[in-house]
Amino acid sequence: MSQAALSLSNDPGLALASRPIGTVPVRLTINGEAQALDLEPWVTLLDLLREGLHLTGTKKGCDHGQCGSCTVLIDGTRMNACLKLAVTLDGCEITTIEGLGQPGNLHPLQAAFIEHDAFQCGYCTPGQICSAEGLIREGHAHTREEIREQMSGNLCRCGAYTNIADAILEVMGQEGWE
Amino acid sequence: MIRFDYARPTDLAEALREGAGEEVAYLAGGTNLVDLLKENVARPTRVVDIARLPLTGIEDTAQGGLRLGALATNTETAYDQRVQARYPLLSSALLAGATAQLRNAATNGGNINQRTRCYYFYDVATPCNKREPGQGCAAIGGVSRIHAILGTSHQCIATHPSDMAVALAALKAEVRVTGPGGDRVIAFADYHRLPGDEPWRDTTLEPGELVTAIDLPPESFPTNFTYLKLRERLSYAFALVSVAVAMRLEGERIAEVRIALGGVAHKPWRRPEAEDLLRGQEPGREAFGAAADALLEGARGQGGNDFKVPMARKAILRALEQATAGTPQSQTDKRIA
Amino acid sequence: MPDTRHEPIKVGIGTPLSRVDGVDKVTGQAHYAAEYAVPDVLYGVIVSGRIAKGRITAIADGAARAVPGVVEVLTHMNRPSEAWRDSKWKDELAIPGDPFRALGDDRIQFSGQPVALVLAETFEAARFAASLVDVSYEEEPHNVDFDLSLAEKTLPTYKRKSFHAPKSHGDADKAYAEADLRHEGEYRLATEHHNPMEMHASTVHWHGDGTITVYDKCQGAQGVQSYIASAFGFRQEDVQVINAYVGGAFGSGLRPQYQVQLAVLAAKKLERSVRVVMTRQQMFTHAHRPQAIYSIKLGAERTGKLTSMINDATTSTSRFENNMEDVVTWGMINYACPNMSGAYTVAPRDTYTSADMRAPGAATGMTLFEIAMDEMAYKAKVDPLEFRQINYSDIDAMNRQPFTSKALREAYREGAAAFGWDRRSFEPRSMRDGRELIGWGVATGVWDAQFSKTSARATLTADGHLEVASATADIGTGTYTVMTLVAADTLGIAPERITSRLGDSRLPTAPVEGGSWAAASTGAAVQVACRAVGEKLLKAAAKVEGQPLAAASSVDDLTFADGRMALKSEPGRSVAITEVMQAATIDRIEVEETASTGLSGLVSQARKSRKTHSAVFVEVRVDEELGQVRVTRVVSAIAAGRIINPKTARSQILGGVVMGIGMALHEETLADLRLGRWMNHNYAEYHIPAHADVQDIEVIFVDEPDPEVTPLGVKGLGEIGIISVAGAIANAIFHATGQRHRSLPITIDKLIA
Repeated sequence: MSQAALSLSNDPGLALASRPIGTVPVRLTINGEAQALDLEPWVTLLDLLREGLHLTGTKKGCDHGQCGSCTVLIDGTRMNACLKLAVTLDGCEITTIEGLGQPGNLHPLQAAFIEHDAFQCGYCTPGQICSAEGLIREGHAHTREEIREQMSGNLCRCGAYTNIADAILEVMGQEGWE
Repeated sequence: MIRFDYARPTDLAEALREGAGEEVAYLAGGTNLVDLLKENVARPTRVVDIARLPLTGIEDTAQGGLRLGALATNTETAYDQRVQARYPLLSSALLAGATAQLRNAATNGGNINQRTRCYYFYDVATPCNKREPGQGCAAIGGVSRIHAILGTSHQCIATHPSDMAVALAALKAEVRVTGPGGDRVIAFADYHRLPGDEPWRDTTLEPGELVTAIDLPPESFPTNFTYLKLRERLSYAFALVSVAVAMRLEGERIAEVRIALGGVAHKPWRRPEAEDLLRGQEPGREAFGAAADALLEGARGQGGNDFKVPMARKAILRALEQATAGTPQSQTDKRIA
Repeated sequence: MPDTRHEPIKVGIGTPLSRVDGVDKVTGQAHYAAEYAVPDVLYGVIVSGRIAKGRITAIADGAARAVPGVVEVLTHMNRPSEAWRDSKWKDELAIPGDPFRALGDDRIQFSGQPVALVLAETFEAARFAASLVDVSYEEEPHNVDFDLSLAEKTLPTYKRKSFHAPKSHGDADKAYAEADLRHEGEYRLATEHHNPMEMHASTVHWHGDGTITVYDKCQGAQGVQSYIASAFGFRQEDVQVINAYVGGAFGSGLRPQYQVQLAVLAAKKLERSVRVVMTRQQMFTHAHRPQAIYSIKLGAERTGKLTSMINDATTSTSRFENNMEDVVTWGMINYACPNMSGAYTVAPRDTYTSADMRAPGAATGMTLFEIAMDEMAYKAKVDPLEFRQINYSDIDAMNRQPFTSKALREAYREGAAAFGWDRRSFEPRSMRDGRELIGWGVATGVWDAQFSKTSARATLTADGHLEVASATADIGTGTYTVMTLVAADTLGIAPERITSRLGDSRLPTAPVEGGSWAAASTGAAVQVACRAVGEKLLKAAAKVEGQPLAAASSVDDLTFADGRMALKSEPGRSVAITEVMQAATIDRIEVEETASTGLSGLVSQARKSRKTHSAVFVEVRVDEELGQVRVTRVVSAIAAGRIINPKTARSQILGGVVMGIGMALHEETLADLRLGRWMNHNYAEYHIPAHADVQDIEVIFVDEPDPEVTPLGVKGLGEIGIISVAGAIANAIFHATGQRHRSLPITIDKLIA
């Protein structure tokens, strides 16, 4: 490691690298369960869910708010978990795909996605479903065209879009929408 | 992502104290800053989380306008009944931007302070004067498809990516800011700047200053308006060119008109002299063409974005027609009205 | 709402069955490569290089190492030893050249090349430290400009194994010169990146006893297993690779990607478990569809009958490997033409090696050829669909072989009827709705129907539960469900009593999942394994009181349904499978079988051409003034033999159409030629279709019985859906606007004019 030792002495990034920074206490309710956590400020909600809490249903597709795979509900509103620092969410309620429904106790959207084959590889699916749940709660979409536009924040490379719209329309119908 | 100290002030005074100094970033919705942190473009040593400050409401102003809290979300603003009824141009522009998820998180103050999408600005492996003063601009002579055709400098050809800001420019909004030097109000036209020799400065905000609200003036253009956005796909893409038109007709003539362009410059692009050409005129392609030419006077492509010049001209004409006819562009039905 | 995992009892081949992995996927319980909880895992974050070509002169890693939690900064200078011979790095699908080795040495061969891997106890520490690694370079001249690279285009001496050289017939040049009608055009396709939603990731579980388990995003677990063993000095049996769920791949996971190299290297050096996940930006630093240029000359009689086709295409590759595709053969195979010639070359750039991406070669070649066909149809003043039928070939026109089947005529007919093609007016710019010009376009797709030797295991237990297993993959293609359906069909067991297992290198041997052969091959393997179980059951049935099946001499004499086996000749004589097991006191029946081509299949393969076909009809609406294109209707009529699961099969085609829309209108990776670097390397600036871009898509499967093509009569569907969709869209845009676009994608700037 002579190389490393050599570079250690005159590296301007060194002070930056080792500067001590404390953690921040954060209270979150995740899928109904209260959690008291001490977090470094730069941990995103997405990484906290996936790595810290092993809730890997929320997917990382781009990590930059450009695909929607990490969509979760924060206080009932759909957002990209990758763009939220977890410390900023103190006191918030977070619902992920795991909280929406489980095997044997599927949420209507989960069942409709299966019925309409609204996914192939399944990677964007939890985000699509959480986004659809957020969309229904928002109440701004009533037609297929409006669903298309308001679901456009969820990319699907397998191209299941038409089936996703069918699934959402079906669930909206069940709930007296459309 | 750099490591930073985190502060979560609960009142404005505390926020300004925390926000003083170099290498500090205010964090609200996070949709742009967290992205930039991950790209190592933003490298603050302290992040001040202002999301808990009481700047969230949307209120009527004494003058008959509307005050949009800096921390009201884009979604709250777009669907606010007063905004929809009185300032449908703003609602439309907001709904043309980003996605439902992003609008749910993004705030009004954050929206107008978002940074350019220039490929080079975002890629720290390439030189960029906006990111690192003095490095040079790799976009000039590079992949310039999304870059500016107006108001560029030899240092920077970036565009401002906001849709909301384009509408605010057309509405002649005012930006209310507070800071170490006290409160001030900035006319929207003066809020964003051209790159010039200081491309790292997007706005005229001073260090430590914070946007508290955006004021919409009483004149709201509820009938004759449009926000027309052309992009690479039909949703979830930044504008190649967008046009906001706010118009008031009196009889057969245009009594008042504003035209603002997005995607073509470092700031929402307006030229009052182009609008002057239309005031008092009967609407029509000839008059619209003269105004478009005046608005685009001096427009010049960088090679990869040469198409934006004719695209902008055609989009201006169409947008003026949409506004005149009272048939604004739908942000859902993708057919261009 | 009821759990829809469980469908009605009687299901088999041809029954639309919801994905058996659906519940796992919609509830977030499906685990992808980066999602396996492994104790004490280290997080590896890749540092990507800045320059396109040259050498690393120094790496300053002191600051990175000072970050709390950082364990190691792995570079070419301190990596553990690995195989030095290129042959050891040849993966299952390696192509001629020197395979890329991450951190192999100080050479930089492409921009974004991994130059270091930072390993830390947390992802955040590794990410931060990675930003502090300071790499110095000595730059060398590079070229990523495809047009410049054409000066070096060549037909490589050592061909890729899968490459088929075009076969010429007649005198194409002379016939072209003498033709009544001539068309000549140069067609282009931009560089595209696969961009599956899941980023490439590997989790290496270091067990500490010399064995490792690698959870890898790949299309073939056993290929990666052999590769790791060979390149990093493990015994084959000490490496287990798992890819039970793969978040899309489209070809990017056919060959081992560099994240698995890095993860294994780090695990080996640190003797710890390691997880490496690429960033979305890094997804632009490896596999991509090659850029292409394709010049086509067509000669025809006045009637529209083709007399000559001259093809010449070049696609991009890297400087270290020669990636070759079948680009020019598709039109020659598909259309009757007495004189034809084809030439193909590759041109090297200083990028990573291009790679197979959904329908490699055909998505490029047939798509572009179909634009040329449309141009000739207009030259001949013949309806473009009729023009294709005039030139219809009942045999493989290039290989001069009969097809095992070709129901393309039926696809044309049924597709046209569903689309309403007969209402089309011939003239461009003749259909409009207000400000929008309407255009209708058609194109033909062709792809190989392939079969690959595959093994499967079937295990029946006394409780009547059946497990079928094979080391194949399901990258969204529906393989789990196909296996279940074939097993249900063969043994008459309800799907909810069947478990499909795949995505594990320890399962029976299967080839990499790609090329549209998985359903035909794995399906056949499952069938033979289940039939073998059936034979054992028949033997065991002798123990059943009264010997109800005594009259049967093989499973061919039996029907299997509702968990029972019955005599075909006398359906009243039947017995439950569980009863057989009980009577014979058998706990389990386990059989592994291999489906292979067999002698008759080999003969057939030598003598007959086997292809899938499609007819794609598209409606576009183009704003006359502003050039905005909306793809408002697509009908894709597919002739692909037997359809195992109409539900997931339809989705395969829908997905191909959507990717075709991207190819037509959006997808293009843009290079800064001075920096030698892809610049729109993210999902915000590399545009794939979003919900709003996709409207009505109708999928039709035409009847095409073909017992000869593969054991199950299945031809495969993974590729055919995308082929020529972009051609049909380009043709529709011509019909709408009168503008002929020969370079894909047709982005809005090209239409604004």
